Amino acid sequence: MTPDGAAAAYESLRQQTGRGSESACNVKAQLHAGGRGKAGGILVAHSAKEAASQAASLLGRRLVTTQTGAEGLPVSAVLCDERIAVANELYVALTLDRFRATLMLLASRQGGVEIEEVAAAPDAIRREPVDFLEGFSEASLERIAAALGLTGAVAESCRQLVRALWQLYISSDASLIEINPLVVTDDQRLLALDAKMTLDDNALFRHEDLARLRDESQEHPLELKANRIGISYVGLEGNIGCLVNGAGLAMATNDIIKLAGGSPANFLDVGGGASVEQVTKAFDILLADQRVRAILVNIFGGIMRCDWIAQGLLQATQQLDVKVPIVVRLQGTNVEEGRRLLADAKRLTLISVDDLDQAARKVVELAR
Amino acid sequence: MSILIGKDTRVIVQGITGQAGAFHTEKMLEYGTAVVGGVTPGKRGAVVHGVPVFNTVKEAVDATGANATVLFVPARFACDAILEAVDACLPLIVIITEGIPTLDMVRVRRRLRGQSIRVIGPNCPGIITPGACKIGIMPGYIHQSGRIGVLSRSGTLTYDAVYQLTQAGVGQSTCIGMGGDPVLGSSFVDGLSLFERDLGTDAIVLIGEIGGTEEEEAARLITTGVTKPVFAFIAGKLAPKEKRMGHAGAIIAGGRGTAAEKIQVLESAGVTIIESPAAIGSTVASALRKPGLARR
Repeated sequence: MTPDGAAAAYESLRQQTGRGSESACNVKAQLHAGGRGKAGGILVAHSAKEAASQAASLLGRRLVTTQTGAEGLPVSAVLCDERIAVANELYVALTLDRFRATLMLLASRQGGVEIEEVAAAPDAIRREPVDFLEGFSEASLERIAAALGLTGAVAESCRQLVRALWQLYISSDASLIEINPLVVTDDQRLLALDAKMTLDDNALFRHEDLARLRDESQEHPLELKANRIGISYVGLEGNIGCLVNGAGLAMATNDIIKLAGGSPANFLDVGGGASVEQVTKAFDILLADQRVRAILVNIFGGIMRCDWIAQGLLQATQQLDVKVPIVVRLQGTNVEEGRRLLADAKRLTLISVDDLDQAARKVVELAR
Repeated sequence: MSILIGKDTRVIVQGITGQAGAFHTEKMLEYGTAVVGGVTPGKRGAVVHGVPVFNTVKEAVDATGANATVLFVPARFACDAILEAVDACLPLIVIITEGIPTLDMVRVRRRLRGQSIRVIGPNCPGIITPGACKIGIMPGYIHQSGRIGVLSRSGTLTYDAVYQLTQAGVGQSTCIGMGGDPVLGSSFVDGLSLFERDLGTDAIVLIGEIGGTEEEEAARLITTGVTKPVFAFIAGKLAPKEKRMGHAGAIIAGGRGTAAEKIQVLESAGVTIIESPAAIGSTVASALRKPGLARR
């Protein structure tokens, strides 16, 4: 929505609500993250002109919330909706209890922008499990309405809403649907004023309509680039690039760099196999990060033998003309042959270290 | 001694005619695993590395007397294939497949309720009893038969840890990759209970990571129901919030599931925390050498 669009939205809300110049609307930044309200991402407008200027002030800037990380996310869209006077804000979410493999409804009378603090006190949130096949029982729906302090017609609306949430969750392969705030208006309507929904990436193949909603502007450019070629990448704060096969080993590699007194620039899982193509592409991504002063390659060769990986590393680093020092730690199948290949190549910037602990210390020293 | 699998385990491979299925069938056979059949719908009569292929799990079980299955079936067909194995009442189902929709696993877990079927995975390297039986994709030679049980949410990190144990002279009774997905067939709690009862296991190594409550539930059990020493390494201390770290299940969501939290509860439960991923083998080896530490 453009600033002009926001102004028009204000006008149409003014006409709909019939409150004339008393009307106010919210101009909300649309982000793939919560915590907007507290971060200044929701502004109030009392006129069409103000709606336009508020929209203009949000659009194009980056908003940093408690859920976005330090870089924040770009605001490429805003939503204008009616500003509603509410007595109290409720919170409802449907999520997954991973350990018990069951869906779980969370309900709290203390919704609103402080929900993260509220969540820290477990008693403030009612947890109601729901059967995956049968949905909520009537008794369970009663308990939820009661936990939210709702009675009469509003309680019935709540039961309908909760049933609908369960249907939506299952039919869309969601992993989280969160309504915050859920409010009761002066005229006893139950309204969801804002919602956040997280989908299961692994299920998108059966939801083409939802997959089309992907907004790549809300994703970190390097993460996106890596993701497209089947590499898991997450940017971190430091200056040591990491290239690892396997997610657990990649996290552990970040950890050991920290233990050695350094700071990793990224998490990177090139995949369990670590083929030459993937390794080359992974270097490409690491080198796009200007902060990287040294690289640690940590590969456990299983089916993919260490001598193949060593050849791949030599090829990739030659092709890409890598200037920063690379510490390589190989372990696993044919490791001696792999280490010998690296040693024989006599590349000044390619340092083979057998032990993971020593490799971490070496790369930390080189990055200083 | 070992848990779940041994010399008498007879395995069928679902998805045996696919590239990964065929490749790892050969590797499992080389290790000495009794791979007795394979299943790929429509491929009855085919033979893969000497192993006969059937159209359905039931057919394969009837013909071979299999008592375990391993799945290399593509993610979008995996749910049906798992349920087929459940219907055939196979007591052990190992799912290697990565990328299965989470709600499909919720459906599987719902179906398993009240049944004594053990599901391992998905998104896991499998399970191995060194020297006896390997069901999965892990390199066999890094393992050595012995008395330490290993439970892990990871793949290559587990290989690294197991190889460290082997090189430090510490053999393993059974190693299980539980899987990297949010909803798993079996938990650390299940594995700990099995190892606690196993006469062939003296101590247990847990390799956990951020996300979910596996480690917290494990800590609760360890406090009350595990007498054997437990060692743990938890990966992902530097993981930012709300970022998926490679595994679908490795995510700090809503501020919960951090490595610090997990380490704290495990430590309170009396678990020996291993800080460095390079010190897993040496820590366990030196603890085992000290008299008096064999039991808690």
